[in-house]
Amino acid sequence: MTNTNDTLAPGTIGRRRAAALPEQPPQLWKSVKPKKAYDIVIVGGGGHGLATAYYLAKNHGLTNIAVVEKGWLAGGNTARNTTIIRSNYLWDESAAIYEHSLKLWETLEEDLGYEMFFSQRGVLTLAHSVSDVRLKRRNLYANALNGIDSEWLTPEEVKKLVPIINISEDVRYPVHGATYQPRGGIAKHDWVAWGYAKAASDLGVDIIQGTEVTGFDIRNNKVHGVHTSQGTIAAGKVGLVAAGHSSLLANLAGFSIPIQSRPLQALVSPLLEQVLNTVVMSGAVHVYVSQAHKGELVMGAGTDAFNSYAQRGGFHVIEHQLAAALELFPIFSRAQVLRTWGGIVDIAPDASPIIGVTPVENLFINAGWGTGGFKATPGSGWVMAHTIAHGTPHELNKPFALDRFLTGHLIDEHGAAGVAH
Amino acid sequence: MSEISFIFDDNICKGQQGEPMAAALLRSGLLSITNSTYHSRPRGVIGLGVEEPNALVQLVSGTQESMRPATIIEVAEGLNARSLTGIGALPELPDEARYDKTNRYVDTLVIGAGVAGLKAADKAIQAGYQVLLIDDQPGPGGHLRHLGTGLPVALRDVLTNNKLTYVPRCTAVGLYDQNYIVAVERRSDHLGGAAPAGRARIRVWHIRTDRVVLAPGAFQRPLIFANNDRPGIMLSHAAATYVAIHGVQIFKRAVVVTVDNQGHRDALRLHQAGVPVQAIYDVRPAAGGASVDAAKAAGIPIRFRTTILDTVSNEEGTLQSVIIQDLDTNEIVETTADLLAVSGGWTPIADLATHIGIKPKWSEEHAAFLVHHGTDQLQTAGMLAGDFGGDDDPAVFFGPALDDEQARHAYIDLQRDATLHELRRAVGAGLHSIEHIKRYTTIGTSHDQGKTSGMLTIGALCQLNINSQGGNSGLSPADVGTLSFRPPYVPVPFAALAGRERGPLSDPIRITPVHQWHVEAGAIFEDVGQWKRPWYFPKQGESMEDAVRRECMAAREGVAVMDASTLGKIDIQGPDAAVFLDRIYTNMFSTLPEGQCRYGLMCKADGIAFDDGVTTRLGKNHFLMTTTTGGAAGVLAWLEEWLQTEWPDLKVYCTSVTEHISTIALVGPNSRQLLQELVKDIDLSKTAFPFMHSRMATIDDIRVRIARISFSGELAFEINVAWGHARYIWERLWTLGRPYDLTAYGTETMHVLRAEKGYIIIGQDTDGTQTPYDLNMSWVVSKKKEFIGKRSFRLPYLQATARPQLVGLLPENGEEVIPEGAYITELNAHPDEHGKTSHTGFVTSSYYSPTLGRAFALALVADGLNRMGEEVAVPIGKKVLHATICDSVFIDKENIRRD
Amino acid sequence: MLYIPCPHCGLRNETEFHYGAEAGVAYPDPNALADSEWAKYLHIRANPKGWLAERWVHFAGCGRWFNLWRNTVTHEIGPAYLPFTEQPKAPGNIGQEGPKA
Repeated sequence: MTNTNDTLAPGTIGRRRAAALPEQPPQLWKSVKPKKAYDIVIVGGGGHGLATAYYLAKNHGLTNIAVVEKGWLAGGNTARNTTIIRSNYLWDESAAIYEHSLKLWETLEEDLGYEMFFSQRGVLTLAHSVSDVRLKRRNLYANALNGIDSEWLTPEEVKKLVPIINISEDVRYPVHGATYQPRGGIAKHDWVAWGYAKAASDLGVDIIQGTEVTGFDIRNNKVHGVHTSQGTIAAGKVGLVAAGHSSLLANLAGFSIPIQSRPLQALVSPLLEQVLNTVVMSGAVHVYVSQAHKGELVMGAGTDAFNSYAQRGGFHVIEHQLAAALELFPIFSRAQVLRTWGGIVDIAPDASPIIGVTPVENLFINAGWGTGGFKATPGSGWVMAHTIAHGTPHELNKPFALDRFLTGHLIDEHGAAGVAH
Repeated sequence: MSEISFIFDDNICKGQQGEPMAAALLRSGLLSITNSTYHSRPRGVIGLGVEEPNALVQLVSGTQESMRPATIIEVAEGLNARSLTGIGALPELPDEARYDKTNRYVDTLVIGAGVAGLKAADKAIQAGYQVLLIDDQPGPGGHLRHLGTGLPVALRDVLTNNKLTYVPRCTAVGLYDQNYIVAVERRSDHLGGAAPAGRARIRVWHIRTDRVVLAPGAFQRPLIFANNDRPGIMLSHAAATYVAIHGVQIFKRAVVVTVDNQGHRDALRLHQAGVPVQAIYDVRPAAGGASVDAAKAAGIPIRFRTTILDTVSNEEGTLQSVIIQDLDTNEIVETTADLLAVSGGWTPIADLATHIGIKPKWSEEHAAFLVHHGTDQLQTAGMLAGDFGGDDDPAVFFGPALDDEQARHAYIDLQRDATLHELRRAVGAGLHSIEHIKRYTTIGTSHDQGKTSGMLTIGALCQLNINSQGGNSGLSPADVGTLSFRPPYVPVPFAALAGRERGPLSDPIRITPVHQWHVEAGAIFEDVGQWKRPWYFPKQGESMEDAVRRECMAAREGVAVMDASTLGKIDIQGPDAAVFLDRIYTNMFSTLPEGQCRYGLMCKADGIAFDDGVTTRLGKNHFLMTTTTGGAAGVLAWLEEWLQTEWPDLKVYCTSVTEHISTIALVGPNSRQLLQELVKDIDLSKTAFPFMHSRMATIDDIRVRIARISFSGELAFEINVAWGHARYIWERLWTLGRPYDLTAYGTETMHVLRAEKGYIIIGQDTDGTQTPYDLNMSWVVSKKKEFIGKRSFRLPYLQATARPQLVGLLPENGEEVIPEGAYITELNAHPDEHGKTSHTGFVTSSYYSPTLGRAFALALVADGLNRMGEEVAVPIGKKVLHATICDSVFIDKENIRRD
Repeated sequence: MLYIPCPHCGLRNETEFHYGAEAGVAYPDPNALADSEWAKYLHIRANPKGWLAERWVHFAGCGRWFNLWRNTVTHEIGPAYLPFTEQPKAPGNIGQEGPKA
């Protein structure tokens, strides 16, 4: 596969013409009507659900699988996120699963035979105060022990990497430095989902769109199938991979999960000549920005304050975010907001995912990725497939069990680690 | 109107002040304005407004906005622009323009000042409402402006009614919940150099209204045919307007292709303006009505059941001839033409309605998606509501059948160079959802956001017999799916949305009453939340390290002073105040005698420590709580939440007094002597004024509250004084302190001093996962009472034995300060086969102690309290430091110094 | 920017409020609960698709907590009511996971 590398070396600004996009394959996936029964039904046809199906087929030889999607394939958070990929998380448990995911990303295009503009252009996470620096440096030391590439950059080194950034003292919260993960980057979100869908479909997985799961066939605390808008589909095992709708599905299956669904907004600009070759994140001032291959600036905002399934948030969130962005990048003054949108993120109390068994036998759940699920797509699918295939969690997702809320063994990623984008 | 000159692609052009740049360029004969983004094909103006996909320019003059369609730029003297191939550039010059925001509440907001909008405004005025009328055009009238006819008198009067405010050049970009509308008003660009100094370039309106009327009008749409992108091919309404209104006289032979009577009207306008129209090719079998009759009467040939199939260009790439197909005989005729005016029907502007989830409905009669919406809060009017105002009688037709080769040059999204061929590939690849097809082809993602291409995509899918379920029975756009749009309706500059939230205004700066003194004393500040706190006070040429050592020694051996005014302070009163604090704090407060102080720690319900501070009992029912600087607002909110939502029976009243009371900490062995010089009315001696007691006193004529609290372990006094008097007190201390060599210190020294005593900082020595037990603070946890968080201590993981616990750490090399945040491993730790090294904790606070004459640290170490004296390793890059676990109190374990 | 009816101050912009999730979850007697019940109190809150009775505090206004019916799909705002007063009826169908009235 051609790994489309950046046209410019890091730290350079220059004009360029639009590079032609790769031609999409003539055949993606077969859309089928559901069969009466499957060994495994995956509820949710987003990136994580599709990856789960793919790894079930590829790693575990299970192909009598249906992925059931309420709307259009990968039309939820997969299509709505800012595609940041990194693994430099604070806690060992998180670092392990995200690093596993990043390693999978590094060979994913070859593995799936699908170009997805995976670009390891590096991810910068800025620090804006003395205490912010302390937290980020702790993160760095933790990463070092976990074998994750991560380094500290002074403001001047940040400027070298991102010439358009303002590191002067005259901004409200000056840049004190940054952690940098060179292996972090971005990918083209739709193509990631399509790559998994195509590969899964090619291996015999049925992809069923426009079909809503309305209930579960549960007898003696064991799942035997799903009721859908297209009738009942029998299943030996069922995996719930439905992001913002996870708590609704769990309730249908008779148990509760600690998930709140919140709007998360993002925006893009029109195509611009390349000015930014690195992903820049700043949790302190709420700026997450990269410049995609075609040239648009892609920016993420913070979540809106309230529960919602509307896939839209308030405009004040966007305005506030742009004010912060202009502080860091004065050159963005004339950039334009072309389009804003919202997704529904599923947030757990500790901002960490829930992956594993449920109180119902043969029913498994993968939820709670909150604002940062895209980067986890391959790793999440990998461990979820393992969990479903074996009926017990993979080493990597053991700590992310639902029962951690009973024991109090949370993996708190929003306190010290800052944001989870 | 006056003639001006402007520059386009380095050429000087003439124009009429205020006319669209596109009109001036066309009049000068510039048909081909740019090359397309991916296919490098020549492209020209096709539209009249924001729907324009081709003629994008970058402004070189003025504020240099990165990308705007030439159709909506009003030319002014000195304007300079260059063409874009779909990719904008960001100039590096600072943007000096001003950007404002305004908030409005109105009874009724009408969006669109065309005939429908003006009528709706009139109706609202008659009903007694105040009306705000906004419109993106430079003047009122909507499509009447394009026809060159003035407003009817009745509607003109609406504009001058004093119950109406009309704002031109103001584009509604988003409709949000509860009738919240964001609009963007462009206030100065159109004036060029004549813009008044200081006028905001763009003003963003935030409008809340009881009723909103959407009367946005419609865009004419093109058709899909082979080579439909050549310069010279335009929307018929745009072509007729440029020719008839803007005096564009470059066309010699026009052909009109239409699906409705609009094409006939535009043909007549072209004809009347002197452009010979060869024929009107109308896809319909027949058509009637005044427009058709008028075209006929003017002698324009009309050919029914025909349409456009393909075009041919000349050497310059502009239109030379058109290939017309007879739909009955399939006969093909080529006709020369330099203008092909296309009328593909109207697409009402449904953007705003879809922003809040309203689904447009397909109307076969109008060949359009309409929004019929009539509630008290939101109404649609004009074309969006299906009032096309005439006899359009459109056919549902989006283009002729094309073979594969033709489809490769049949453009759906001109700006993205996305063709019918790619759309067919998408469908062939198994995609059925219009969302997937948009994503596969990139249709609708460019600067114009699919304003013309969206409906064409739906039309093309109809022809492919594909509906959203993947079936093949659907022929109607209703089956393909509705269009939905995301805000903003048109691109909005970041700067406009950032407004004035820039620099110092981006977030409030909080300063203490002594701040200016610190500035004059040369303090280096750190941001702590919104506060500016002195970090250290370097003397001339002194390094941070030297300054902090000097400040520390002054506090330990002489006397030093610190501005602690940023501490959160909450005044708590009421008969149940003591009971309340018992429930909030892990330790007991009801037993605290009046006039005394006690350290308190509070947990969230999950048992995790989240704030601490000293609370003083001022009276039986009166406490003054202090919180961490960053935690003040959160703690007050926490207290209120419990009082209001759980314990309304408790009579307790909390008031934030952080900025009422300033706190000055006077620290060191000489502090008593110095302070006693100032304070004459009370005895500060050890026996008269014991540790953790609080007394009112007078300094000069100012009442102050003095507390014997120490965050350093030294003899110390905290002087609480009304905010406005703090600077005076500080300066009095400073003057009197000269003989004592009184030294001002900042947060860094505070940290060293408190760490030497093992005092924690919430947020530094904790990370949101520590119970009081983890912090070796079981002494602060009452066994006798219930308090928030207590139940959680019994959860299995919170009881686990090997939890990280707060301990001290002495580095083997006393000169080497271990970096804060560094992780701690066993001595023999090494990476496993996955490159991972297991650890046993991390360093939370680490400093050089001038008092100890060595480096020291605090750390959270697994089972640390049971590992005293053990040696551990701290890997820093390739280096491995060694350290010994010890008690977290390094100085004065017996607490002798504080007295 | 939701427009929220504070029972004390009237309609105000969302930015004047903080959110408090599901309303009506009373603080239980901690010692009467098993670990699992306590954990549920700590972490589980209703997350329905549809009408939700939820808590808000008008922090930038009167500083008071109140409850509000709001639709999580349409963002329609229903009646607001004070804590410890009778809950008004939901304005429409509560979601499949509606709060326990």
